Amino acid sequence: MKRPPKETAESARRIGRRSLVIGASQLAMIGVLGWRMRSMQVDEGEIYRSLAEENRINMRLIPPARGLIFDRNGVPLAVNEQNYRVVITREDAGDVDDTLDRLARLIDLPPEAIESAKAEMARRPAFVPVTVAERVPWDDVAKVTVNAPALPGITAEVGLSRHYPRGSDTAHVVGYVGPVSDYDLSKMENPDPLMQIPRFQIGKTGVEAKFEEELRGSAGTKRIEVNAAGRVMREIDREEGKSGADIQLTLDSKLQSYTEARLEGESASVVVIDLETGDLRAVASAPTFDPNLFVRGISGSDWRALNENKYRPLSAKTVQGAYPPGSTFKMVVAMAALESGLVGPEDTEYCPGYSEVGGTRFHCWKRGGHGNVNMHRSLQESCDVYYYEISQKIGIDRIAEMARRLGVGVPLDVPMSAVSEGVAPDTQWKRDRYGESWRIGDTVNASIGQGYVLATPLQLAVMSARLATGRDVRPRLVHSIGGEIQPSGAGEPMGLNENYLRRVRSAMNDVSNAPRGTGYGARIVAEGMQMAGKSGTSQVRRITAEERARGVTSNADLPWERRDHALWVNFAPYDNPRFAVSVVVEHGGGGSSVAAPIARDVTLQALYDGPPPLEAYPSNLRDAIAEQQKRIENHVARGMTASDRA
Amino acid sequence: MSYLETNAKFVPTGFRKLLYLNWPVILLITAVCSFGFLMLYSVAGGSPRPWMEPQMKRFGVGMVAMIVVAMVPIWFWRNMALVAYGGSLALLVAVDMFGEVGMGAQRWIDLGPIRLQPSELMKVSLVMFLAAYYDWLPLRRTSHIFWVLLPVVFISIPTLLTLAQPDLGTALLLLIGGATVMFAAGVHWAYFATVIAAGVGTVYAVFVSRGTPWQLLKDYQYRRIDTFLDPSNDPLGAGYHITQAKIALGSGGWTGRGFMQGTQSRLNFLPEKHTDFIFTTLAEEFGFVGASTLLALYALIIFFCVVSAVNNRDRFASLLTIGITMTFFLFFAVNMSMVMGLAPVVGVPLPLVSYGGSAMLVLLLAFGLVQSAHVHKPR
Repeated sequence: MKRPPKETAESARRIGRRSLVIGASQLAMIGVLGWRMRSMQVDEGEIYRSLAEENRINMRLIPPARGLIFDRNGVPLAVNEQNYRVVITREDAGDVDDTLDRLARLIDLPPEAIESAKAEMARRPAFVPVTVAERVPWDDVAKVTVNAPALPGITAEVGLSRHYPRGSDTAHVVGYVGPVSDYDLSKMENPDPLMQIPRFQIGKTGVEAKFEEELRGSAGTKRIEVNAAGRVMREIDREEGKSGADIQLTLDSKLQSYTEARLEGESASVVVIDLETGDLRAVASAPTFDPNLFVRGISGSDWRALNENKYRPLSAKTVQGAYPPGSTFKMVVAMAALESGLVGPEDTEYCPGYSEVGGTRFHCWKRGGHGNVNMHRSLQESCDVYYYEISQKIGIDRIAEMARRLGVGVPLDVPMSAVSEGVAPDTQWKRDRYGESWRIGDTVNASIGQGYVLATPLQLAVMSARLATGRDVRPRLVHSIGGEIQPSGAGEPMGLNENYLRRVRSAMNDVSNAPRGTGYGARIVAEGMQMAGKSGTSQVRRITAEERARGVTSNADLPWERRDHALWVNFAPYDNPRFAVSVVVEHGGGGSSVAAPIARDVTLQALYDGPPPLEAYPSNLRDAIAEQQKRIENHVARGMTASDRA
Repeated sequence: MSYLETNAKFVPTGFRKLLYLNWPVILLITAVCSFGFLMLYSVAGGSPRPWMEPQMKRFGVGMVAMIVVAMVPIWFWRNMALVAYGGSLALLVAVDMFGEVGMGAQRWIDLGPIRLQPSELMKVSLVMFLAAYYDWLPLRRTSHIFWVLLPVVFISIPTLLTLAQPDLGTALLLLIGGATVMFAAGVHWAYFATVIAAGVGTVYAVFVSRGTPWQLLKDYQYRRIDTFLDPSNDPLGAGYHITQAKIALGSGGWTGRGFMQGTQSRLNFLPEKHTDFIFTTLAEEFGFVGASTLLALYALIIFFCVVSAVNNRDRFASLLTIGITMTFFLFFAVNMSMVMGLAPVVGVPLPLVSYGGSAMLVLLLAFGLVQSAHVHKPR
């Protein structure tokens, strides 16, 4: 039925008016919305556009490949090795516990690794792969890959990690890398953004630490698109970083390995310098350690074992050990005396077996005395009294100055950690150090390399090198960085009187090659290969009058820590010097009996660039040497396989 | 007067009614819905599933329902107003008692195949009922205090029930929609001035009551208000949605990033991108040109409806049209203000564009009523 609309003109007009008001306000509001839209999209569009880009685009760093380290012949000493790790992605894994159980049955997986992987998964988004096992052997990788259908979400990935193929042989020189620590960061002024990468590895000691910047290279970047949950959707572009520079050392890894093997069982160090260039051919400190342990993260027990070992395997004794040089210091005193003009080369001193200085009796090692001794004989037979006497004539300051010129008691620039300066004491030094004035007794002690005098094995080798060449040979450990050859360490003539130098060298030749020389037992007989050396035996304790009276001087009767250090320096061949060598055997006993044979073997190894013919040795030693060479050969081979296995 | 009497007799009958439909509005609605289909296709990553296809089906059903409603004489709907209001109220109470909880709010009632949201129904029923009320009320009583308080009660009951769900957005829509009908009916200005003053006082009270045992809103609503006032103080927490929405909208620029090229929606930075925040995707992909086109389409719908209301001398028809227009307007105005950071995030979908069955169907039914009013207006 139709119902007439209930209306009046008045009502319709009123509703019409109000409707227009409503409609007008609605359109006004729409205008406001439109205006706001325009201001956001057109006026501020650029700002929002860049915010949107920031939202979706993340920068990621691509770690550069660390520079490699080679020896002088291109043998790799530090490389980046591919290693496999097994990772699990939670979102693909289904039942995580079940999957990990199955994985544990397949490969060797400690329960702690499973627990920590689970903990990490709980912390991270489901799509982030979490490492379950690292450095997985290839066999296990194969097992995981073959059983992939039964192991959802588990994959084997490949990564790079540092490896030292020569293992312990080059540990002290090359050093090792480890994850960057808060302490490392606190020392850096502008930390490389790479440091923020979890577990990024930087050099901790040795060349790895000293050339960290060069070896590290620079990070590449990639821009990736991420979604709101942080999942990577795609890579937009990437800018490759620069790999670290490769470093070639002057080290001869074959000689280095030989030397380490030769030192086995001793707490000792050997430095071999190439006289032509200052190249350090071998810088060996024993005992040593496997740097690969540190890269992997050293276990508590291994760490304790290294730290509590009284032979201090972690210490690079070649540069960190400072020892009283003993009689090896006598060349310094002799040169100082000759150069001073106060003592002539043929001037003699009388040695009754002791010297009376300021009421104290200083003994010569030979109790019966040497009689009248000139410079040549004083070195050859290592007469102490001669040096007591001449040192008093020239004074300590001349000795200290000569010591520094020859490299003792001055900083030597080698890229190793905690390099010691040694001590070449003089009157000023004692005043600064102890606030006391220098006593004549101090001079007498210093004259035979005891007392305050301290030298590192590297310094002793440098001293020997400078005496052999007359040039200020500077040790050079790095041959080239990124292909850029480093300056030679051959050095310039030092301005020492060549005549005096010849006399000192000739005396050193007789130390090794004259029957009365202290090093005669460890001579080289091969023609043109003979070495010229000087032994040293430095006390680490005071011999009391009572002990001297009783005659208890035999090292064998003393505890290890109190035995004498055995030292030796030499250069070879005498006629045409190519290498300078120093040997220090801590608490080893007599220099000529313990240190000299080591120096002889290492020198021959260097001269022949490999095992020398037995004919280079005196005939009575050849059988024993043959035995020893075989033993060392085995040792080197064993060491190589051990590090390759790792 | 003679004009009135002669033309009041003419009302189209049968299929002739189709010719008298408000065709511009139907075309505009179709255009707006097409925008919606496009965006739902886009946010699904270039796929008609899971959103565009069901939405198109609902649109088809809704359009048929709209025409059917339009064919029914307007006076029938006036007589149904009380029933609709009562029914909606009953459902609203029912949903409070045993409704489904979704998205932290109790809004749904499960009726087998359909999940009904009674508050949607109420938006139309309330307007319809108030229009019928003023149609019945003698004109001189319109501003009488008793006859003013009575519709206030009619509005308050469903508003409070929706607020209890809690659904702040719908409650606001009901309140303003109802008030608009009262205003259009000619209730005295002074009442509105008083209510607005009281409203300001209430807002003040809401803020003062915060943290006290008698606080008026739930904590999450307070947090939303905080975020609205300063979204930057919690960009990854409470303000995350609105910040990301603004970034998406703003980054569209003049012409947008291109269809299906919006990074904000594609990479899931946008929340609820197929429902409440669909406008941001549109603005991101089509830029100011696209967004303002949609806004213009909405404005034209409003325009044609208001014109229809003004030209209709039947009180019920006119008031119904203006009320439904207001509700429709509030939908998109609140939604757009929300994503542009002009209003708090209250959970109002973009009408005819956002994915959602109830809202689409109810809106099309409401436009059916508007069409019915248009078709059956006294000529």
